[in-house]
Amino acid sequence: MTTATLSASAPGAQTSSATLTALHGNHACALAAIAAGCRFFAGYPITPSSEIAEHLSYELPKVGGTFVQMEDEIASIAAVAGASLGGLRAMTATSGPGFSLMQENIGYAAMTEIPLVIVDVMRGGPSTGMPTRPAQGDVMQARFGSHGDRPVVALAPASVQEIYEETIRAFDIAERLRTPVTVLYDQVIAHLLESVAVPAPGAVRVIPRKWANGASGPFRPYEAGDDGVPPMVRPGDGHRSHTTGLTHAETGFPTQTPAVVDRMMRRLLGKIDANRALVERFATRATDDADVLIVAYGITARAARRAVDVLRAEGVKAGLFRPITLWPFPEDALKRAASGAKSVLVPEMNAGQLVLEIERVLGGAAPVRRLNRIDGEPIVPHQIVAAVKEIFS
Amino acid sequence: MTDATFSPTDAALGGGEPPFDVREWLRLETMPHFMCPGCGHGIALRTMLWAAHDCGIDKDDLAVVCGIGCSGRIGGYIDANTFHTTHGRPLAFATGLKLARPDLTVVVVTGDGDCLAIGGNHLIHACRRNLDITCLMLNNEVYGMTGGQVSPTTSAHRITSTTQAGNFEPTFDACRLAEAAGAGFVGREVTRQAPALKSLIARAIRHHGFSFVEVMSDCTEIYGRKNELGEAPEMILGQKADMRPEVYNDAPDRPFRPNALPTGVFVERGLPEYGDSVRAHVAAVRTGGTGR
Repeated sequence: MTTATLSASAPGAQTSSATLTALHGNHACALAAIAAGCRFFAGYPITPSSEIAEHLSYELPKVGGTFVQMEDEIASIAAVAGASLGGLRAMTATSGPGFSLMQENIGYAAMTEIPLVIVDVMRGGPSTGMPTRPAQGDVMQARFGSHGDRPVVALAPASVQEIYEETIRAFDIAERLRTPVTVLYDQVIAHLLESVAVPAPGAVRVIPRKWANGASGPFRPYEAGDDGVPPMVRPGDGHRSHTTGLTHAETGFPTQTPAVVDRMMRRLLGKIDANRALVERFATRATDDADVLIVAYGITARAARRAVDVLRAEGVKAGLFRPITLWPFPEDALKRAASGAKSVLVPEMNAGQLVLEIERVLGGAAPVRRLNRIDGEPIVPHQIVAAVKEIFS
Repeated sequence: MTDATFSPTDAALGGGEPPFDVREWLRLETMPHFMCPGCGHGIALRTMLWAAHDCGIDKDDLAVVCGIGCSGRIGGYIDANTFHTTHGRPLAFATGLKLARPDLTVVVVTGDGDCLAIGGNHLIHACRRNLDITCLMLNNEVYGMTGGQVSPTTSAHRITSTTQAGNFEPTFDACRLAEAAGAGFVGREVTRQAPALKSLIARAIRHHGFSFVEVMSDCTEIYGRKNELGEAPEMILGQKADMRPEVYNDAPDRPFRPNALPTGVFVERGLPEYGDSVRAHVAAVRTGGTGR
């Protein structure tokens, strides 16, 4: 084992000595959760995410945390929300079918502003689909899966190292913005064995939750300061507040007064936009002079990176824009990366999901082409190379 | 209160010391409540607060977790830590809350549809785990909030908005279900007998383990009226078939609950409490006694 440094670009993690360790993606996710201060996990077995629950079932008790296997995914996310309301950093992990079952309570957590983390390890869909095969089919479910307009944050790591970093970052964002955060990755990275720089115990900076102070005078639990995020009420601290999924006023009690509803909803949705610098993360490769810009995320971005190198070696000016934050989509960064591109290619392991957002952001500035694979196999570099060459043929 | 003859305390009912004053437990700014005249849920609300008072619970340490429906709105009126969650899921939310905060007294208020239909799976597993939560299921035999549809406890032949020729589905006996699923404490009482109901709820709260209490409430406006069960007094008095006194013999001869379910404590057993088991497991892992 050698000593390395955790990527300095990972918010929530301090730059300090770390141990390079070989880990599977799901194992890295579980260890990162512990490092990020997660002390409660509730989940239901589902391929290909189950190893996260298995690892946490014995890692959490070691740090005094609680693991509970619930009766289904609906109960799992509900228990996670309950534990978070009680004051613990809490998460669940699942795959597409379970993610579907969780959607109502994800909306509840967004509406009532409960911090929690959901890991969705994507597998072939729709329906039961291909449980052991990879896909990227839940991108739009992560964005629009729950009814109504709600704040959405979804992070898409592309390596085991990044699963570690993004899991930590997911807790940081969830706690600071009081919102559910989804970590989206696929079956390939979940079961990939790679080196991870694991920080020394205690080296990860865990920012304590912002709690409301003790009771004094009239209290408005959903009144936010400039950052748009109200402090949370800790049961037992004396505020005795009300939490409801009904549209509520600053008092916490239901309201249908249009002006109040409008104010509350705009604040709820706006807190993500107001904190884009905290949430957005992306990476680029050779985009400055790129004629063709490849936009890829997750495991597909690994193939795209190789394709860029192959194309550059052949004299084709290809570049890669890799959103690590899928929602909210890093719009400005994509526009900058694509400013000189004559063409954009979006390879995805689905029938075309994130491409819709990329088309929207670019607004016709460059033609956007698709490369979709929906056969349960990852996209490989030569497919992307061939697709780029076809554009220029 | 301007009416000197009305006292909201239970002095007349022989309450203890300090006397119970429901106003101390309510968010008075949320009054008047939205429940219909004659609805038994108001009695259930008052009675559960009375029981909490008798148990000596500090409001700051009381968490009330509700689902969706008429019963789900109970929590908003209580001056405690109150959570109005999603339909059918309050027991699952409460499971996470109680595991995170064993110091809180957690009471779930749910209804027959919330608890037995959409939330049925959570009920049987909450009973099986036996976590120290008190579950009050307010049974009014109908989906009141959505306009009076048939529920898993609607009595036979009743007219509802989705059984307009009469209900032909069998009904659940929720207490037998809870017992079979492993609950440590199971009981049933009618809202008509508020002191008995209060004692039952207090005993359920004190029980260390999962306590299931079926509160036989009534829905006058959209269930009683549709089925010609009389006005609120007749419905309340008819909560048990054998409790209808002669003075009300002008009421229709259709007791609210013809099957006359028994009341009282059915189960009180000392099974391992889930939170204790979890904490023992954590302690064993940390001392190297088990785990990996």
